[in-house]
Amino acid sequence: MPILSFAWLALLFSVPLWMADLYVLHVLIVTGIFIIAAMSLNLLLGYTGQLSLGHVAFFGIGAYVSSLVSLGCQVHLLPHWQVSLAAQPVWVGMLSGVAAAGLSGFLIGKIAFKVRGAYFVIVTVSFAEVVHLVALNWVELTQGPMALNNIRPLTLSIPFLVDISFARKPASYYLVLTVALVAYVLIRRLVRSRAGRAMVALRENEPLAASVGVDVTRYLVLATVLSAAIAGAAGVLYAHYVRIVDPDIFLFIYTVIMVIMVISGGKGTLAGPIVGGLIFGLLPEVLRAFAIKPEVQWVIYGVLMVLIVYFLPEGIVPAARSAWLALARPAAWRNAPRLMR
Amino acid sequence: MEQLLQHGVNALVLGGTYALLGIGLTLIFGIMRVVNFTHGELYSFGAYMMFLWVMQAGVNFFLALPLAVLLGLLLGAGIELLLLRRLRGADIDTTMLVMIGAWIALQNFEQLCWSGVAKSIATPFPAAPLVLGPVAVSWNRLFVFIVAIALIAATQALVKGTRLGKAMRATFQDRDTAALMGVDIALIHTATFALGSALAAAAGALLGPVFVVYPTMGDLASLKAFAIVILGGLGSIPGAAAGGFILAFIEELGAGYISSGYRDAMGFLLIIVILLVRPTGLVAQRERIS
Repeated sequence: MPILSFAWLALLFSVPLWMADLYVLHVLIVTGIFIIAAMSLNLLLGYTGQLSLGHVAFFGIGAYVSSLVSLGCQVHLLPHWQVSLAAQPVWVGMLSGVAAAGLSGFLIGKIAFKVRGAYFVIVTVSFAEVVHLVALNWVELTQGPMALNNIRPLTLSIPFLVDISFARKPASYYLVLTVALVAYVLIRRLVRSRAGRAMVALRENEPLAASVGVDVTRYLVLATVLSAAIAGAAGVLYAHYVRIVDPDIFLFIYTVIMVIMVISGGKGTLAGPIVGGLIFGLLPEVLRAFAIKPEVQWVIYGVLMVLIVYFLPEGIVPAARSAWLALARPAAWRNAPRLMR
Repeated sequence: MEQLLQHGVNALVLGGTYALLGIGLTLIFGIMRVVNFTHGELYSFGAYMMFLWVMQAGVNFFLALPLAVLLGLLLGAGIELLLLRRLRGADIDTTMLVMIGAWIALQNFEQLCWSGVAKSIATPFPAAPLVLGPVAVSWNRLFVFIVAIALIAATQALVKGTRLGKAMRATFQDRDTAALMGVDIALIHTATFALGSALAAAAGALLGPVFVVYPTMGDLASLKAFAIVILGGLGSIPGAAAGGFILAFIEELGAGYISSGYRDAMGFLLIIVILLVRPTGLVAQRERIS
């Protein structure tokens, strides 16, 4: 298995070397950013079983905070009390973006986990809509629909050692890939730890898990904070890559895209969001190659979503794993417990 | 004071259609346990049907209205038969994802047919408003209010007074026991979804001519309907009607006295505050927190 992982890594890292088409690289970068966001959603949806339909809020908060800190900003909080912040280095902005997203994850987790199921979904959707309206209406801070422009790309310079600007596409690709790998490793370590097993226990049977001593709210909030911080990191990367942020970043459709990526790939599997993300990140480009109108693309998107839920309710990765097991080791597959299939 | 009165009148008119939206959703959500993201889509479908019949086909306004509601009823029944029937008993996330998929497909189909440009619908009402002392209300809005109240009363009568309504209430209380008593659950689900959808389409068909019609108009309508259901309590028609009017008043006052930009945020803040202060909701609903 390590050999296969290294082969994947080598393939991913070699892409800018043999891919000369910058547009393809651009598509891969944006897809990579959404895969990071989908991985973070998977932590909540797949492992704790809580469907957050406000996930784009964390993505957008990361993007906005990072942009504002790196650009500098000033606001009047009370009539005579003005707060201003000078422009900070980009990496400071990026870290603040991730921290702000994580913090908002903590706050919303504390509030939203008082309820479950459909009500949790509605609270998270409401939270995202409120953040969206604030971004749209607090013009002094966010420029509202005029958008934040001229966001600088990340530059790293340690004297005599490194001096890299992430303005060009190959460098951006490596940045996104690195963050994605870090997020992947973090999530993998968490879900395979004691805390991760507690989360799965909560998903499978909350009253039972609570009765054997799992601190329900604590683990749910922990998952939300990490998930929000990673989603915020994706938003940070997005802001400094496209270099413009407007309130449309909070559109509900982006949450839906993340959910589709997780569900189609296979929620609760580490590879699921990556597989689903690649399919649904690249699909619009493939459809565009056939020069179909954007509305038709979205109709196809919606219909595909319905079909996946009907025919692959567990997602592509578990279905493929089950098919592989059945082919390679039929006896073991027949005897495997239901959950393992 | 005059300003407050005017806001109150505006809120009454808006509240009537919010109540229709909320009642439709509370029936679907309560009886079927489906988080129905297509609800707002039915709302915009109703508005587009008005546009189609009045502006494109030249049908009389008062004939087009029941036609739009009827088509909403049929579309709702179609969605239930095609998508939801085979998902009965599936978990709530699964049905929700299917409804999101249907919502995306429907909305973009509308955009394909009528483009993303906002459309307005001509009404047969006189342009001069009706002035009653300090407040003024347009004839069109008055018509919207009266029809909405009539539809709310009719729905209440249907659910409380007919055999079908009794079966619906029984299914809401306990699906399995209702089935054992001989209630055809599949039929009740189709009827519920069709009725809820028809009410959403009616709200859209009524408000479409007041404002303008555009494909994404239903997105906020869906979320507001959820807010109303949380306010009013699951499956309660009087609760949803009251919730609709409360939400309209809060929005109208918030827009008038705080900032019009945050008009749509009021409902969401309300949900968050309610769930923060009283997680069980205004009307005690034990299942929310379990």
